[in-house]
Amino acid sequence: MIAAIVVLSALAGISGLLLGFAAVRFKVEGDPIVDKIDAILPQTQCGQCGYAGCRPYAEAIAAGEADINQCPPGGENGIVALAELLGCDPKPLNPDNGIEKPKMVAVIDEQNCIGCTLCIQACPVDAILGAAKHMHTVIDRECTGCELCLAPCPVDCIDMVPVVQTIANWKWAYPNPTPEIHRPTDRAAA
Amino acid sequence: MSVLFPFHGGLKTVRHKIESNQGSILAGPLPRQLTVPLRQHIGAIAKPLVQAGDRVLKGQMIGQADGYISAAVHAPSSGMVTAVESRPVPHPSGLPDACVIIDTDGEERWIERQAVDYRRLHSSEVRGALRNAGVVGLGGAVFPSAVKLNPGGHDKPLDTLILNGAECEPWITCDDRLMRERAAGIVAGLHVMVHLLEPREVLIGIEDDKPDAAAAMTAACAGTGYQVRVVPTRYPSGSVKQLVHLLTGKEIPFDGLPADIGVQCFNVATAHAVHRAIDFGEPVLSRVVTVTGQVAQPGNVEVLLGTPFAALVELCGGYRDGVERLIMGGPMMGFALHDDGVPVTKATNCILAAGAEALPPEQPPMPCIRCGACVEVCPANLLPQQLYWHARAKEFDKAQDYHLFSCIECGCCSTVCPSHIPLVQFYRYAKNEIWAQEKEKQKAELARQRHQARLERLEREQKEREAKLRQKTPPRPVPAAKALEVDQLPIEAAVARARPERGAAPVDEPQPSVAVTADGAERDG
Repeated sequence: MIAAIVVLSALAGISGLLLGFAAVRFKVEGDPIVDKIDAILPQTQCGQCGYAGCRPYAEAIAAGEADINQCPPGGENGIVALAELLGCDPKPLNPDNGIEKPKMVAVIDEQNCIGCTLCIQACPVDAILGAAKHMHTVIDRECTGCELCLAPCPVDCIDMVPVVQTIANWKWAYPNPTPEIHRPTDRAAA
Repeated sequence: MSVLFPFHGGLKTVRHKIESNQGSILAGPLPRQLTVPLRQHIGAIAKPLVQAGDRVLKGQMIGQADGYISAAVHAPSSGMVTAVESRPVPHPSGLPDACVIIDTDGEERWIERQAVDYRRLHSSEVRGALRNAGVVGLGGAVFPSAVKLNPGGHDKPLDTLILNGAECEPWITCDDRLMRERAAGIVAGLHVMVHLLEPREVLIGIEDDKPDAAAAMTAACAGTGYQVRVVPTRYPSGSVKQLVHLLTGKEIPFDGLPADIGVQCFNVATAHAVHRAIDFGEPVLSRVVTVTGQVAQPGNVEVLLGTPFAALVELCGGYRDGVERLIMGGPMMGFALHDDGVPVTKATNCILAAGAEALPPEQPPMPCIRCGACVEVCPANLLPQQLYWHARAKEFDKAQDYHLFSCIECGCCSTVCPSHIPLVQFYRYAKNEIWAQEKEKQKAELARQRHQARLERLEREQKEREAKLRQKTPPRPVPAAKALEVDQLPIEAAVARARPERGAAPVDEPQPSVAVTADGAERDG
């Protein structure tokens, strides 16, 4: 009886020490799941999900406050990747947040730009170059296509144009898929 | 006779070599206009050095190598640059790319040429000369040769230098003719490569359907120690990994390069280009191109780079009936062109006006029956049907688990597939998607960093503004004035209290200064 109590207490004590040590030694700073979600998000920083950027949205998903289908730039592929990471079922993109569009970049019509700097202040990735009362221009390599610069422009001189296809970014198309295997049930139905 | 180490799989293909390898290499036409693409190699596109209106001489550099993995581009003939703009180039997409357009003057005036004494110069200078001469792999891969000729980049000393004269793809005979007619030049180029790389042995691999070429090369190699190895005709023995295995028995790791196992491999045409560049100071301005298939007089032509395909076809007597597709390269690994106005580049080894003879009859693809025929022929030892399932389902990470990137796109699996599934197209698609996703990821990471930097900057600016405001807000008179208004009574009381003291002691004024001196004295002491 006493031996059992002593042994169990000793075991409990050792386990406690081990756990305590592990808690200090292997302490994780921040929330790793947020980083993983953030890595899947397209980093457009467009705010279409209803949050102030990709990281806040990632934090909201991790906290269970947001759904995984609120990111139009990430599209279907993004939703599938998120579903796989989080172990839930993929679902179609929520139309309230927007629709999946081909990749675009902003272009400023430099003839009409009045140099108000409003778009510079709106750009989440500092991809617009310019100064007050001087013409502005978009650095196309840095532009994420978030469209946040469109609304503030007082003279409507910013357009979204599709990314130009060049030899460098051209891709082989998906080949004509082969027909599905007809199962006996199909034939029976037919 | 030396031992060979046959590779797994491969195909016996119909050769169709006889059509074009009978006559000697013809001199190409001098077209009125040359369209010279600035991207004729793997790596960074060359930086243009000329603009519209410039006169150029034959051999003058018009595009400069930009970075380590890049190569220079030269004017193939003398004339006037009329434009530097995007024009269609030979590419499966049919998209345009940056080109220099030269209107030739017909005088063929050379720029000053200078041979390079490679035995005296430091090897880096010889490599620099090759880079500036625009020498790239002329077998079709167009990788800058200077990079491969740098032995310093690898820890392992070079065991074997292989010269690739296998030319395994059906229809193509440009290397065959080159070896027959210019064996001495090829061996001279090989001397330069050997000088730079110092390999233990030099092997020249030639398929046994080219006995004349093998004989010519053997004769040219007499007394040099270079060994000509005749290998059985089996597609794709001319692919680097397969040829290395065939000749040395060594396997290149799936994520590695030949240099990792002490082997380096060059095409025979590249060796010839090295010879022209070093011994004559001539940059790569032309190459031998096989024009074959449904043309009146198939043959091999030494063509100036930038010559339109149509001019070549015309030289070979024009198209015959029944051309279904114009292919650059062979029927196995080549790609169909959108029109014949595109220029010849350093990668153009063959123009195939393909008729029914060269193309397998097109049949609708059927479901995979898991027969395993593709596995048996795959020379890269892959599982093509597994790759196909995953590529088709867009499960790219799983496709990579099955070593998608070891696929050399040789087309053996598609050829034998009884269900006519375009397997290679699926692999190309999957590879492209993976590259694109990788690029997207890098771009997203950059956007994330920039957004983070912006948030930090905004926060810092906000703090700075607040700090400035704080500095500005307490100017001395303001609180005093306010205090007077609000709390006049206590202040008046204080003043009243102070007045008699001041009146009583006018000596008050100097008192602080005394204190200071006392202080100072104390400190001194």
